[in-house]
Amino acid sequence: MLIAIVDLGIGNLRSVEQAFNRVDTAIDVVVTADAKLIDSADKIVLPGQGAIDTWFQALDDRELRSPLARALTEKPVLGICVGMQALFSYCEEGGGMSGLGMFDGSVRHFNHFHNTSSETLKIPQMGWNQVAQVNSHSLWKHIDDQTHFYFVHSYCANLHDENLSDVFGMTNYGHDFVAAIGRDNVFAVQFHPEKSHRDGLQLLTNFSQWDGN
Amino acid sequence: MPLAKRIIPCLDIEDGRVVKGVNFVDIRDAGDPVEVAKRYNEQGADEVTFLDITATTEKRDTILHVVEKVASEVFIPLTVGGGIRELNDIRRLLNAGADKVSINSTAVFNPEFIREASEHFGSQCIVVAIDAKQTSRLIEGADSAGSIDRWEIFTHGGRKGTGIDAVEWAGKMAEYGAGEILLTSMDGDGTKAGYDLKLTRAVSDSVPIPVIASGGVGNLQHLIDGINEGGADAVLAASIFHFGEFTILQAKQAMADAGLATRFASEKPLVPSS
Repeated sequence: MLIAIVDLGIGNLRSVEQAFNRVDTAIDVVVTADAKLIDSADKIVLPGQGAIDTWFQALDDRELRSPLARALTEKPVLGICVGMQALFSYCEEGGGMSGLGMFDGSVRHFNHFHNTSSETLKIPQMGWNQVAQVNSHSLWKHIDDQTHFYFVHSYCANLHDENLSDVFGMTNYGHDFVAAIGRDNVFAVQFHPEKSHRDGLQLLTNFSQWDGN
Repeated sequence: MPLAKRIIPCLDIEDGRVVKGVNFVDIRDAGDPVEVAKRYNEQGADEVTFLDITATTEKRDTILHVVEKVASEVFIPLTVGGGIRELNDIRRLLNAGADKVSINSTAVFNPEFIREASEHFGSQCIVVAIDAKQTSRLIEGADSAGSIDRWEIFTHGGRKGTGIDAVEWAGKMAEYGAGEILLTSMDGDGTKAGYDLKLTRAVSDSVPIPVIASGGVGNLQHLIDGINEGGADAVLAASIFHFGEFTILQAKQAMADAGLATRFASEKPLVPSS
């Protein structure tokens, strides 16, 4: 099996690669910006860190929008951090821009939600927070509800309506935001499974064994 | 429970080896950073920080190999500090597997470096380390005792004063794009008398980014005080863990007993079951 980690030149891609090597040495993992490899891989990991406008710029510069769009409709895809945020309809970072629009929601700065919180929250949210598994999913296999995962982000995803049918995890940091979302062959998380110790590796194991259904 | 308060063991590394001694009875090679990091990982550390104190430039690259090895075995965040002078130093550490880099004197000599680094790599991986000493001064308008608390930034391991006010400096670094402050009290370092809580509180209240308290931990209550009294988001310690006085798990338990949001690591086997 070949897992392709999409290389947009941003973030600690090596950690994701090493984590997959750790969970199953039989998996071939490749960090790549090659459209052909992305098309031929069995599964895709879409990572990301830092600014989302830079992320989209890299996606365009490397002409990866079409291969990514194909992957999103036909094979298991795991989005991580900015790789999850990009799947929403709108991101306000960098003056505001459209996302890939798979999920109806906005990615907004934590600042907007401070007034709903009694304590002052430090931004970025940096550290281990709990994920409430609001729906069951194959990728939660052997992972307890309310498990701590490692987060580092200043922007967070919020739904446009109350419909939680695509949502698999919610986390509270001043307010409840989307920590895991998915539909069909796509699953995406705000936290970093590759940095989340055993439970993170379990999630990557589950992804490596997931057929996308 | 909200975001957990982090416990971060810190290791000094010289020429690729752990120095200042680590004393776990059941580790074969306590000088091997990989062995020590693995041990802390197993005990449930929330992150691990390496401070590279390698003096010679020829041996600088040894830290990259250490980071590579640790990152392939320990799947929690890894911060590396020491000797970072240019963007390429950061790039190489991140490529080797570091999640964050900690920048100290280079920020003091060239504050713009923090702006460039955070624009380039994102604030989330740029930690500014601040070494501060108390220098209370007579100031007009102060209370009847004639002084107010003030702390100054020191470089070169605390030998050289800079005249820069630590609280103002922390604010400036946050503005320049630092994602986190690693705040060490030079007065407290090595004393085991606890963090400088006034300093920690003053910095923590003045910056919008997370603050890691460091310097002076002698017991588990000090960790709790750093969070409750100092307002720190994370607590860093070295010797209380290195010499086996306390395990990370004992520290976590003490924090949880004190009512703090605490993460207990999963006890699943490290290679996950299918």
